[in-house]
Formats: sequence, C-alpha cells, structure tokens
Amino acid sequence: MVTFYRRLPRFDYVKPESLSEALGLLKGNKNGGIRVYAGGTDVIPRLKARLLPAPEVLMDLKGLTELNYVEYDKKQGLRIGALAAISSVESHGAVQARFAVLSQGSHSIASTQVRNRGTVVGNICSAVPSADAVPALLCLGATLLCVSPRGERIIDIEDFFAGPRKTILADDELLKEIRIPDMPKGGRGAYIKLSTRSRMELALVGVGAVVAVTDGVFRDVRIGLGAVAPTPMRASRAEEVLRGEKVGEQVIAEAGRLAAAASLPIDDHRASAEYRRLMVEVLVKRAIGQALKA
Amino acid sequence: MEMRAIKFTLNGKPCEAVVKPWRTLLEMLREDLYLTGPKEGCGEGECGSCTVIMGGKTVNSCLVLAVEADNQEILTIEGLSDGEHLHPIQAAFVNKSGMQCGFCTPGMIMSAKVLLEKTPRPSEAEIKEGIAGNFCRCTGYTKIIESIQAASETGKGGK
Repeated sequence: MVTFYRRLPRFDYVKPESLSEALGLLKGNKNGGIRVYAGGTDVIPRLKARLLPAPEVLMDLKGLTELNYVEYDKKQGLRIGALAAISSVESHGAVQARFAVLSQGSHSIASTQVRNRGTVVGNICSAVPSADAVPALLCLGATLLCVSPRGERIIDIEDFFAGPRKTILADDELLKEIRIPDMPKGGRGAYIKLSTRSRMELALVGVGAVVAVTDGVFRDVRIGLGAVAPTPMRASRAEEVLRGEKVGEQVIAEAGRLAAAASLPIDDHRASAEYRRLMVEVLVKRAIGQALKA
Repeated sequence: MEMRAIKFTLNGKPCEAVVKPWRTLLEMLREDLYLTGPKEGCGEGECGSCTVIMGGKTVNSCLVLAVEADNQEILTIEGLSDGEHLHPIQAAFVNKSGMQCGFCTPGMIMSAKVLLEKTPRPSEAEIKEGIAGNFCRCTGYTKIIESIQAASETGKGGK
C-alpha cells in the first residue's frame, strides 16, 4: 500500500547569515546530515513525500543575501547568484535583451508562485533531466563557481550532472554562482518546451538553441536538449553539421535528425521514447528557426 | 530540535508565534492562527490553493516553512475585506459567479491581486498567465477570468 505523507519529517533548522558561516557549518558534512536549500520548491515536497531522507539539519541559504543578484556587463557577461529567484532572472532586462533563450527557459518553469521562490541555481542542483533552465545554460556555455570549506572550483555545466537527480557537487559544497560569457556578436536564441499543457508541467522535450550567423553562414550554433537523456545534454554532432554551412532548410533538417539520433529518451507515463525522439527532430528544427528570426 | 520564536506582520497586524522547524507556513496559518482561508490541496506546490502573498509576492504557503515567515509581511484572503465590505476582487467573484465549490478561490484571488497590482488592465492572456499556478477543477476558468476582468474594470483590483 502506498502511504501518503502530508507533513514534513522532523529536522532542525539553521539559517547562516554569511557564506563563511555556511561553509563552516558544512565542514565534514556527510550522508545528507545537513541538507541545504534556497527556494525549497523542490526540497520541501521531496521531504514531505519521503523521497529524500530526513536530514538532521535543514540549512536555509536565504540568509546569504550577498548571493541574491543577477548582474550583467559586457566584459564579465552574466552572473547569477545562488539566491537569485527564477522570477528575477527571467524578468531581468539584460537577460531578456541578450539571453532570450534563458529568459524563455526560466519563464516556462511551473508557476509564478514557484518562480518567486525557486532559484535558477536550484534548478541546476536538483538535476532533473527536464530542468527548463538547463538547455539554455548549456547553449550559453555556462560555468559554475562552486565553493566548499576546501576551496573553490569552477565546473563546466556539461560536466556537472552525473545522472537523474545526481550532480558531482560534494556534500560540503555549494554552487555559489552561474557565470555566462557574453553572447557572441549577433548571437540569438530560443527555447521551446513541449508539454501537454502550457503551464505547470514538466517538459516532455525541451530544446534550447543559440545561433550566430554572418553573411548567411552559421558561424556558431549551440543546441541544448532537456528531458531526452539521463541528464540535459548538448547535441554536439547536430551543432557541428551546421557550423560553417549556409543557412538552409536541408542542413537544418539534417541537424534535427542528428540531434534525435544522439538523444537517449526513456518511455514513461508522460510520453514514449519514440515520440520524444521524433519531437527532438521537429523541435530542434523549430528552435533554430525561431532563433534565426529572434 | 528547538522551537523558534518568530515575529511577522499578518494581514496588517503584528504577530508573534513559536513554531517547530518542520512546520509549514500553511500549517501555522490554518492550525495555530485559525486562518482557514488558504487551503491545502496537493501540498506540493502544484495546485496553488494555499497561495498567500509574502513580501508582495505570491508563494505556495505549503512549501514555505513557518520559520521563514520571520520578519515578513504576510497577506492572506482574510486580510482583504474591510470588515463586511468586500475587496473589489472578492466582490467581482461574487457578482460574476467566479466560483463553484470555492476551494481554489482564496488562492485564485491572491494571485489575481498581485496580477492587478502589476498589470491593472490585463488582457485575457495576461490573466491566464497570472493564475496559471492556481488550479480550479469546477469552473473551467471562464467565470474566474470574467471575474478578474470585472475587478480590473473597477480600477481598484490591486488595492
């Protein structure tokens, strides 16, 4: 028999007021003894459903107000702090103007209520294959600044995911900042989310595309896929077939086929693997088309 | 696991409480403070019937810990009317029959309030976007959208 829990398990709660205090507390953290959270839109329901073991201590990161920022300048590009809410990222002027693929991906997540609380960093750390902000971040070449009591390291987002709900982040480590280089000159992007309803839904397939075109030739193309493999992925072979080619229907169709062939979708109650793979082909073509027109 | 003392503003009035760390804001509102307007539907942030306004933004109170209410300003459906005098959005829901069973209505109205604060004259598409996180299983939404449109026409929906 399935038991439905409505209540949270018991845990202690701590809210450090600075990053150094948080890292001090995390020193020696093992086996989820301390679980960190920011928005709580993923951790809280998973704790209620007993999908996560009850931690001894739940660490609320919202006291680290120094990490609540979205900043853009030409030299550094875009920087998103660990506490920046999804709603503040999607509505940020520079994100909308220069990184449309990210504002569209972020906006397609759940509801206003969830986006007001949840963070883009949390969307990465939850590591669900369908995370809507991630195909965009893959296209944009994001790197992740991670900190632990042992020091800092910068991880390419392509190396961050280890499987569904798994990342390479250690138990004592925090993802502090997302770093996104400035969009290449003329770069434009789009995100398309396929789902059975338009809001409050997980992506059956998510496709992000960023293109830069000079004189009718694809100078740079990046394609990120969500929900069609154990982790969000780049469609590298599809990108390669487009780079240096003249913009044209046939070559874009070939890119769609290559992306579909590279995807590794599963059958589940939301869609069959076959349908997902077919839709990768369609949506890669469509996302490139939208990016070209953006 | 010690209890936490918190202070916050609830529907315009200062409020103090002592809560367990694992208690949600919704549980505190309903069971300790007897504000049963916010409802528990799914308990996991899908349905929006627990929606309250915290710091000027809508949140699912089933996903917020009670301790996180510390130093916050919280508004629930109970804080909208002025005594017997209904808030313009509430009045519009009554006049336009924007509810059937009524379970989603408190959350729906809180989302409508923030929508009308930001967008006083929303289009139908903007209304749909504004209430996308609030599920209604009775009305098919038509009457709810008409109610919010009617509230917007009073020009006081965001008040």
